[in-house]
Amino acid sequence: METLWFMIVAVMVAAYAVLDGFDLGAGAIYLAATNNDDRRKILRAIGPVWDGNEVWLLAAGGTLYFAFPLLYASSFSGFYLPLMMVLWLLMLRGVGIELRAHLENPVWVGFFDIVFSVSSILLAIFFGAALGNVIRGVPLGPDGYFFEPLWTNFRVGPNTGILDWYTILTGVIALVSLTAHGSLYIAVKTDGDLNQRTRAIALRAWPVQLILTVVGLLATCYVQPTVLDNYKHHTIGYLIPVIVLGSLAVMVYAIRTAQDKLAFLASTFYIVAMLVGAAFALYPVVLPASTDPDYRSLTIYNTAAGHHGLTVGLFWCIPGILLATGYFVLVFRMFRGKVRLEGEGY
Amino acid sequence: MDSALLVHRIHFAFTITFHYLFPQLTMGLAPLIVILKTIALRRNDETYHQAARFWAKIFGINFLFGVVTGIPMEFQFGTNWSHFSRYAGGVIGQTLAMEGVFSFFLESAFLGLFLYGEKRLSPRAHWWSAMAVFLGSWLSGFFIIVTDAFMQHPVGYSKAADGSLQLSSFWELILNPWAWWQYAHNMSGAVITGSIVMASVGAFYLLWGKFETHARIFVRVGVVSGLIFSVLQLFPTGDGQGRMIALNQPVTLAAMEALFVSQPGAPLIILGQPNVEQSKIDNPLQIPQALSFLTYRAWKAQVQGLNAFPPDLWPQNVALLYYSYHIMVGLGTIFIAIMLLAAWLLWRDKLFSAHWMLWVLMLALPFPYIANTAGWITAELGRQPWLVYGLMRTADGYSKMVSAGNGMFTLLGFFGMYTVLGILFLFLVHREIEHGPVTEINLAPQGI
Repeated sequence: METLWFMIVAVMVAAYAVLDGFDLGAGAIYLAATNNDDRRKILRAIGPVWDGNEVWLLAAGGTLYFAFPLLYASSFSGFYLPLMMVLWLLMLRGVGIELRAHLENPVWVGFFDIVFSVSSILLAIFFGAALGNVIRGVPLGPDGYFFEPLWTNFRVGPNTGILDWYTILTGVIALVSLTAHGSLYIAVKTDGDLNQRTRAIALRAWPVQLILTVVGLLATCYVQPTVLDNYKHHTIGYLIPVIVLGSLAVMVYAIRTAQDKLAFLASTFYIVAMLVGAAFALYPVVLPASTDPDYRSLTIYNTAAGHHGLTVGLFWCIPGILLATGYFVLVFRMFRGKVRLEGEGY
Repeated sequence: MDSALLVHRIHFAFTITFHYLFPQLTMGLAPLIVILKTIALRRNDETYHQAARFWAKIFGINFLFGVVTGIPMEFQFGTNWSHFSRYAGGVIGQTLAMEGVFSFFLESAFLGLFLYGEKRLSPRAHWWSAMAVFLGSWLSGFFIIVTDAFMQHPVGYSKAADGSLQLSSFWELILNPWAWWQYAHNMSGAVITGSIVMASVGAFYLLWGKFETHARIFVRVGVVSGLIFSVLQLFPTGDGQGRMIALNQPVTLAAMEALFVSQPGAPLIILGQPNVEQSKIDNPLQIPQALSFLTYRAWKAQVQGLNAFPPDLWPQNVALLYYSYHIMVGLGTIFIAIMLLAAWLLWRDKLFSAHWMLWVLMLALPFPYIANTAGWITAELGRQPWLVYGLMRTADGYSKMVSAGNGMFTLLGFFGMYTVLGILFLFLVHREIEHGPVTEINLAPQGI
């Protein structure tokens, strides 16, 4: 039962990363589009869907709360400061996207352009660093709680802050991957000059993404050697890094041959495989203790809600997610095809 | 009071109070927009379509601010109230997760279609998109109320080995009688906000002498639904909610009414300042025996005063609880009077020329917000000193790992952020109101 809920939460987080990932990435390259028409096209490409994409984060958070209350309580209070900053950034970003168009005054527009793009970039880094924190482990106390300052000495070890060299690395990996992901989404949704330029951004990001991925995998094995345990016991796990590298290969091929949809799909596989790889390595631990890994780590078993509640949850959660998927298919179908500036909005 | 506890309490109180300024209009306007659209479709009346489009624009701005100020709410259960989350998450995680899965997805998927999709969709499909947004917002309110009702009157739980609460009956949780009274009372309050805002903007246009055809529709719809829901707010919903409190939180009732001493034939205090130090009311204006009658339907019934309970079970802030309750009830009564008068004038066909009444309607705008806020303060202060009534004290629920200084840092951040958001909101809504109802179909703004 706990494993099932672990998978449900993991699927929701992956859905969030893939979906909001492309609009965060679109925000990251947004200022690179220097003329107003290109910016409007980018906003039109993500306009009808960004809010729905973000709901996956809220739904995943709610489901985490429901299925693993102790994990939710411990991690949300322990990551207090960065989470609050994520909240502020999410607020600024939503306001930036939606309010920009209300006035045609260039000062107003320019201000919200910067708000939108900068908050997107910072969010991508924060999410990557958050994942890095979860993999690296946190200084859990005997009661399952902890509190991390924003940084200490930037080294990994028992006395870590939110930011150290490893979590900064994961933050940068997230930023680069989502930049590529977002660029490819915009390439799919546009034609002409913007289409070619976003594809070029993805192509330029690719070698960086490849190098960072390899460095990231090695660094992870160094920082948290226990990640290899599950792979040793279940050799099928080695498929995951193969998929990661395979996706990157398909990605560069598809970008070179201008097959944007294939490239975007490959990028999606890359993101999902990276997350699945992390989840597979951690399972059944969900928040390792950097203090004493065997003893105090939070696992799906010592954080889960009662069995009756988890059973009841299956009856509404799975139909609920299917229903939500249905809405997404509907909305994406409705706004399919390349965006146009002339004619009706959206 | 422990200073970290105080910071975390203000943190939640401030962010939730600011947040709820927006959803109450979202939930209140949504059914009114559906009504406008229904009339427009039935009569094939373009003016009603235009009226609906105008309110959809206000709705869209309001909804955005509700969404961005709502995101922090779900997070704060974990960030600022982690001991509470660990303790009660096995039960209320259920309803909070359901809100995300069932209402947020529904709203976010259909909001864009509703706001900007009128040209793309058939009139009937567009009506359904409005309906979906209405349904989503009311479902969201339901799940939140069930969560709060559990904290007010816990049901359907059992205790696990580690002392935390676990769900034992899903249906008991959902069918909590407290939740249904509170939901009815709260949603009716939201519709009053929607109605008064609509009538107020209509009255403003009539006094200004612009957009008068549309303004008459706004006033008519606002006054009719305002009358219906301000009456429902008192009876049966307010009465039912009050009896829930009398039954399950008698000490809260005593504090709300500032009844310091148990007595038969207890009076209902209309005005006066509670003097907690001396256990009396200063400058009282009261109706003899009315409290006994309202609570137990008998003039001579014995009502328990605060002295019947040990002081450590009293809500800590008796004076603020008393005032917020009396502000809520006082304003609710004034709304009924205003709406009765306006509805009578409307029926006699005199309302649109009765300038004094239009002034009253226009100036009524802020008061439903105050009444709804005061109502929530009553509910949540009344629950004190408990976080989960009878089970967990507020002082035990906050995040012990988050120091007062860290809490203060983010609280100040929210002060700053919400000041900016509030100014932006007023600025944008002001623009829409000044622009007025127009003839074109709403499309995404030019910049997009």
